[in-house]
Amino acid sequence: MNIPEFQCESYDVAVIGAGHAGCEAALACARLGCETIVFMVSTDTIALMPCNPNIGGTSKGHLVRELDALGGEMGRNIDRTYIQSKMLNRSKGPAVHSLRAQADKQRYTASMRKTMENQDHLTLKQAEVTDLCWEDLPDGTKRVTGVKIASGGIYPCKAVILCSGVYLNARCIYGEVSQYTGPNGLPRATHLTDSLVAAGLQVQRFKTGTPARIDGRTINYEAMTPQYGDEPVVPFSFTNRSADIAHEQALCYLTYTNETTHEIIRENISRSPLFSGDIKGTGPRYCPSIEDKVVKFPDKDRHQVFIEPEGEYTNEMYLAGLSSSLPEEVQIRMYRSIPGLENAKIVRNAYAIEYDCLNATQLKQTLESKLIHGFYSAGQSNGSSGYEEAAAQGIIAGINAALKIQGREPVVIDRSQGYIGVLIDDLVTKETKEPYRMMTSRSEYRLLLRQDNADLRLTDIGHDVGLISEERYAKFVKKRSAIESELTRLRETILGAKESTCEYLRSIDTSIIHTGTSLAELLRRPEMTYEMLAPLDPERPELDAAVIEQVEIEIKYEGYIERQKMQVEHFKKLERKRLPEDIDYTAIPSLRLEARQKLQALRPENVGQASRISGVSPADISVLLVWLGSGLKG
Amino acid sequence: MRTVTDNDTIAAIATALSPSGISIVRISGPEAFSVASRVFAEGTKGGLANVASYESHTAHYGRIQDGDGRPVDEVILLMMRAPRTYTREDTVEIDCHGGVLVTKRVLEAVLAAGARLAEPGEFTRRAYLSGRMDLSQAEAVAGIIGAKNELSLRNSVRQLRGRVREEITEIRAQLLREIAQIEATLDDPEHLSFDGFDEIITTQTATQKARIRRLIDTADDGRRITEGIRTVIVGRPNAGKSSLLNALLGEDRAIVTEVAGTTRDTLTEEIRMRGITLLLVDTAGIRSTDDAVEKIGVERARKAAAEADLILFVVDSSAPVTEDDRAIAAECAGKPCIVLLNKTDLPAAVTAAETEAFSAQASGGMIEISAKTGEGLRELEERITGLFFEERIKADDECVITSERHRQALLSAEESLSKVQESIELCMSEDFYTIDLTAAYEALGTILGEEPDEDVINAIFAEFCLGK
Repeated sequence: MNIPEFQCESYDVAVIGAGHAGCEAALACARLGCETIVFMVSTDTIALMPCNPNIGGTSKGHLVRELDALGGEMGRNIDRTYIQSKMLNRSKGPAVHSLRAQADKQRYTASMRKTMENQDHLTLKQAEVTDLCWEDLPDGTKRVTGVKIASGGIYPCKAVILCSGVYLNARCIYGEVSQYTGPNGLPRATHLTDSLVAAGLQVQRFKTGTPARIDGRTINYEAMTPQYGDEPVVPFSFTNRSADIAHEQALCYLTYTNETTHEIIRENISRSPLFSGDIKGTGPRYCPSIEDKVVKFPDKDRHQVFIEPEGEYTNEMYLAGLSSSLPEEVQIRMYRSIPGLENAKIVRNAYAIEYDCLNATQLKQTLESKLIHGFYSAGQSNGSSGYEEAAAQGIIAGINAALKIQGREPVVIDRSQGYIGVLIDDLVTKETKEPYRMMTSRSEYRLLLRQDNADLRLTDIGHDVGLISEERYAKFVKKRSAIESELTRLRETILGAKESTCEYLRSIDTSIIHTGTSLAELLRRPEMTYEMLAPLDPERPELDAAVIEQVEIEIKYEGYIERQKMQVEHFKKLERKRLPEDIDYTAIPSLRLEARQKLQALRPENVGQASRISGVSPADISVLLVWLGSGLKG
Repeated sequence: MRTVTDNDTIAAIATALSPSGISIVRISGPEAFSVASRVFAEGTKGGLANVASYESHTAHYGRIQDGDGRPVDEVILLMMRAPRTYTREDTVEIDCHGGVLVTKRVLEAVLAAGARLAEPGEFTRRAYLSGRMDLSQAEAVAGIIGAKNELSLRNSVRQLRGRVREEITEIRAQLLREIAQIEATLDDPEHLSFDGFDEIITTQTATQKARIRRLIDTADDGRRITEGIRTVIVGRPNAGKSSLLNALLGEDRAIVTEVAGTTRDTLTEEIRMRGITLLLVDTAGIRSTDDAVEKIGVERARKAAAEADLILFVVDSSAPVTEDDRAIAAECAGKPCIVLLNKTDLPAAVTAAETEAFSAQASGGMIEISAKTGEGLRELEERITGLFFEERIKADDECVITSERHRQALLSAEESLSKVQESIELCMSEDFYTIDLTAAYEALGTILGEEPDEDVINAIFAEFCLGK
């Protein structure tokens, strides 16, 4: 193929892909004043949701709220386009509460497209990027100089952010059918992988999948349990109040697979490309197909199936929990064995998709490549799975690309600051062998990294970077000081053991007090709420629900929060121990061989990161610490 | 920036600075041989030597000269080529004649010839970094240096081999299982549930906490091994406490007079006895008194007795039993105590009934002795060692915590598990348990060296003295 090249206009940043990572990356760069161009296979598929119709969920909801606190778009976009919203895990502690909303997929895409199209400094371009352009530097590293598109056009730029999702050499598979397309039959990108490999990047092959979409008119909802949204809803974005976004909510439904379903799957398992060996890519363990679940949990006689609407202007219903790559004929029989789906008609069948992605351990914590200056990668191209994981990386890559161009210090969120930090640290440190999904268990400091305090954790960073407006920041500062002064007031307001006080305490079934007791101490009782204290606290100021929520959590879980903060202090000690960039690990004889090789290849930025590399043992870390001077007096 | 490859050459006095015996100045590093060559002259008359030309691991007789060529000391020089040395670097050891001044002058000559004074623990640090030993071995080296007796030495060498390591590893594995159970269930509520988990976690927490407590309790034995058994001698004035101390020490350390109440303060002496160390504490005689100074002594004696691992209660058998004797006996109740019927060289004034009454109260029984003639002292030694070690610590069953660092880590793990129990009682949701379960898990990990921790490393190397 000999297409003549031609020069196009220059940009500061070129973003490859306009999925959830690409949108956040492009918006962050443009909003920080960088001239930015974003390439996509189709402008109709900006922020496409090719799989599940929801934003958020366990730990993913945390990511979206953190993204919002940094000045990202996902939270605001879902608040504009949700059709049902729910806070999950309410029966558990506040650390694992997670927000999840059902999106109207079409409106989600349209709304993000509108935001992108109207963003200053942002140019949208429908084209397939085929090549990365770079120059070699004297020290053996490389620097990006631009990108080339399929038509031969060359766009010079200072930074490139790869957000190629599942499009690189994608292949969709169900049963014996193989289609060489991206998701939903969209065109795939066939050239870029070769160019990335030529630039020295390591590429691996991952797999994911999606369930079928069913015509809603063919579902018998009588046989299922309806699932309602929360009233009132909790917005994702800290800029919204519940009342601002309240509207009538759609219904979801719950049904279950049964032994017949499982029997159909077992009989045809050999025709699943996952088991026949046709799919070589590694799939996500934590977002398994129904085939995987039936094989992995042979004792389970049923699995949950949630029926979720894809939007207001379509009858298509998504079958959450039934992702599959079985042949279409088997899929039909399998789905129809489920109560309520006996007559179901499949609009789009389930399929698996495999694609190329990078080895993210070749990236720094800023998501910039260690080999190619100015080259960043975010989202599924880094081996993650999920819209929220992608968006969270997108904003960090975008911010850091812009900061670098502007000669400013990079932004790295560490594991004690946010799930975003956990996500990126895991991706760039641990060799991900399967699509990485965020989970609350991946965070060590869960109680501090709650979804309700994401603004308190990260708004300062978003403001410093320049993505949080002064107006929004002023509101935030006001909220923060309201929390502080109310905490102080509750700790310092002492109630005497008066008879009237005790009488009230008795009336609400809690033990009486015998000496002066602070309001904070009373609030700490498990059965007590801020609301219940009202009659004893006539002086209390008028406060926002969000402020009261923070005050209540801070006081009720104070002991736990303090202990977790101590753990963070401990963690930070190793994070602060920077490892010089030019260490020759192979020359440290006391390191075990595997550790020497891993450290030499990954070149971690600090001892803390080194300690999380698989193959580096605590004994190796002790060696590094002693080597860096620990154990010396004076 | 320090790197392994461009280490400088260090030197220090490797032996204790005491007036007797031989002292060793150790030089280690890439320049060890050339530094030594600048100060070492061969034989009685020869010129400066070329140490690098010697065969490795050979000894050479000669003199150390200072920069002006003046002789400092006659020495034996040991030349050891890397890597078969403690640090795996080129090493020279200079055996001097001893004497604080001379050894210091040898060291000064070596430093003037280009070596740098080593920091405490730096030789071991280099041995560690060169891969010669792991951190637990380094910690054991520190233990050996600090060892006061054979039992303690044995424990250092075997530190964390065997039962203690096994036990802690097992406790950690159990804790990890519960943590994993909670995490997995939180992440996959569809397939896993917390039904019945409260019972499991309640039992598990209690079980593991009890195991940790048992280990902590052995730390007292551990302290006795490393520091010595706090043995407090009590008795009313003039019962012969100080005479007993002197008899055990074999020298006149405590002042012995005929005047009752001579020892007004507590005296502590250390003696080694059949592989263990006794910290012998002589106290003022306990009696009701109006003398202000003596009163303080009596108070201190009572306090010492309360903190004792073992009480030696001295009764004067040549005088009738008094109220004071009975008061002391009552205070000793419940503690390991041996009654010593002293002054058997004199006619007895104590009745058989009284003797039996005391004997019944004391857990260590009664022995008749004469501090003056030495009668019964051998039996006393046997009784003491028997009481503490032969019964309680079998030679090959050393599930004993001897390090204060390890004890602190165990205490912290125990505390964390108490917090878990608190959370269970308060009906907190399961995700709260993991905070303290993890803390306990990590605290135990610091003992095994499985939690990277700079404080631990600093603590280990801080135990070293100069020259090691």
